[in-house]
Amino acid sequence: MFIPADEIEQTVRMISEEHLDIRTVTMGINLLDCASDDISVKCRRIYDKITSKAGSLVSTVCDIEKEYGIPIVNKRISVTPLGMIANTDTEGCVRLARTLEKAACETGVNFIGGFSALVHKGYTESERALTESIPYALNATSRVCASVNAATTKAGINMDAVRDLGLLIKRSAELSKETGGSDCARLVVFANAPEDNPFMAGAFHGPGEPECVINVGVSGPGVVKRAIEKVRGEDFTTLAETIKKTAFKITRMGQLVAKEASDRLGVPFGIVDLSLAPTPAVGDSVARILEEMGLEHCGGPGTTAALALLNDAVKKGGIMASSHVGGLSGAFIPVSEDEGMIAAVRNGALCIEKLEAMTCVCSVGLDMIVVPGSTDAASISAVIADEMAIGTVNNKTTAVRIIPAPGKEPGDTVEFGGLLGSGPVMPVRSYDCSAFIDRGGRIPAPVHSLRN
Amino acid sequence: MVKAVLTVVGKDRVGIIAAVSSYLAGVNVNILDISQTIMSEIFSMVMLVDVSESYEPFVDISDGIKKLGSDMGLRMQLQHVDIFNSMHKI
Repeated sequence: MFIPADEIEQTVRMISEEHLDIRTVTMGINLLDCASDDISVKCRRIYDKITSKAGSLVSTVCDIEKEYGIPIVNKRISVTPLGMIANTDTEGCVRLARTLEKAACETGVNFIGGFSALVHKGYTESERALTESIPYALNATSRVCASVNAATTKAGINMDAVRDLGLLIKRSAELSKETGGSDCARLVVFANAPEDNPFMAGAFHGPGEPECVINVGVSGPGVVKRAIEKVRGEDFTTLAETIKKTAFKITRMGQLVAKEASDRLGVPFGIVDLSLAPTPAVGDSVARILEEMGLEHCGGPGTTAALALLNDAVKKGGIMASSHVGGLSGAFIPVSEDEGMIAAVRNGALCIEKLEAMTCVCSVGLDMIVVPGSTDAASISAVIADEMAIGTVNNKTTAVRIIPAPGKEPGDTVEFGGLLGSGPVMPVRSYDCSAFIDRGGRIPAPVHSLRN
Repeated sequence: MVKAVLTVVGKDRVGIIAAVSSYLAGVNVNILDISQTIMSEIFSMVMLVDVSESYEPFVDISDGIKKLGSDMGLRMQLQHVDIFNSMHKI
């Protein structure tokens, strides 16, 4: 047999026992040509375009899943940031969100991203209306994901947007208080948002993207954890090499699926996002990888160094496995979606400040953090500002997905269900920062943006 | 030629190979190679097959194999050969 039996056995085991899967196949669709002065015409064009481009996305991806025997957990759509074409009032924006929801239901995707605004240097009138409508749009839908890019290394931080987002996140939590503020799980605030990210809630089809594109996000924390169990006690070089080799294999799956999906749908292949995306399932946790490296609990001293090694080795291993790499690419550390992170918060090892340090070396940021509902809007804005600062100064993507759960206090847990998991409520230091946030304006771009 | 790998794992019993090969013959799938072991009563088989002349689409055969496995209390899976090639070969 020309394929060695042990290689077959290894692949089968990765899928059946170690939760190897393709996390998402996301189709990016340009909606710029759907613009119209008439909101009804715009909605119809958007619906028609999405359903015609992505009509066979789900069935095609399901066929690939069966033929290759690899689970492809999510099929999703990202669209042009709607702030670019909305040009309407709050009510009109909610109508656009309902249109996206309808198109998502028709095509069978579980999330559609792109209810987004790129406002790092300032709002256009259209983007302001869209941003203000986000709480109502999220509340009127269940599959629509919103994101706002509030900072870039080149432009600095739009603190007006950061201030507004603190209030909007609070509003969104209030509107969905029966479910613990769960609408906030579909809203991400970015610094340096990538235009080709396939992962939700932050996916959108950036203005530099082609007409239609297929982007794929891989996963596989369980596979990495199992691989490094075999090198327990060995030095860091061996550890890093082991992670690289594993990341290579995981990414090859993503590349294969991306190429197949692209060929069968007749849509160009964009990128593979080499991310380690955890799920709440036992054996699929990024935190447990860090602990396997030798830490008693994720969140203790050494966690940032361990995460830095992991994040870098995943990228190094993945880069050669794929012809085009992009998106967020690295290790995700969402609290509610990671069984080990949840445990670390519950036993007091992991706090928001440590997570903030970890975001300096991981692929995204403060993700799926549940905080007390009593946290004021200025504090939420300030948490966002801190994260935006890390992103702009370090020339990397950072993001905040925070849920101020109404009526909940530290020690409580909010159940989101499914891949979003369950979030233990984390305390936020309650020192007043309103005078800082109320200043408004922009924090200037850091000096290393002047490279030209 | 469209090659696929069929893996079967589970408790050994009479008629596993017979059931698998008669199913494959029924849908006109040609067996190219077989590797099979039994370790402490666990039956493990890897088959390389050619599905290019099959009467049914790949996904239906894949579903059929899975169902045959669950009927017999075994884990059976048919996977396109490219998944193994791409993971382990550059």
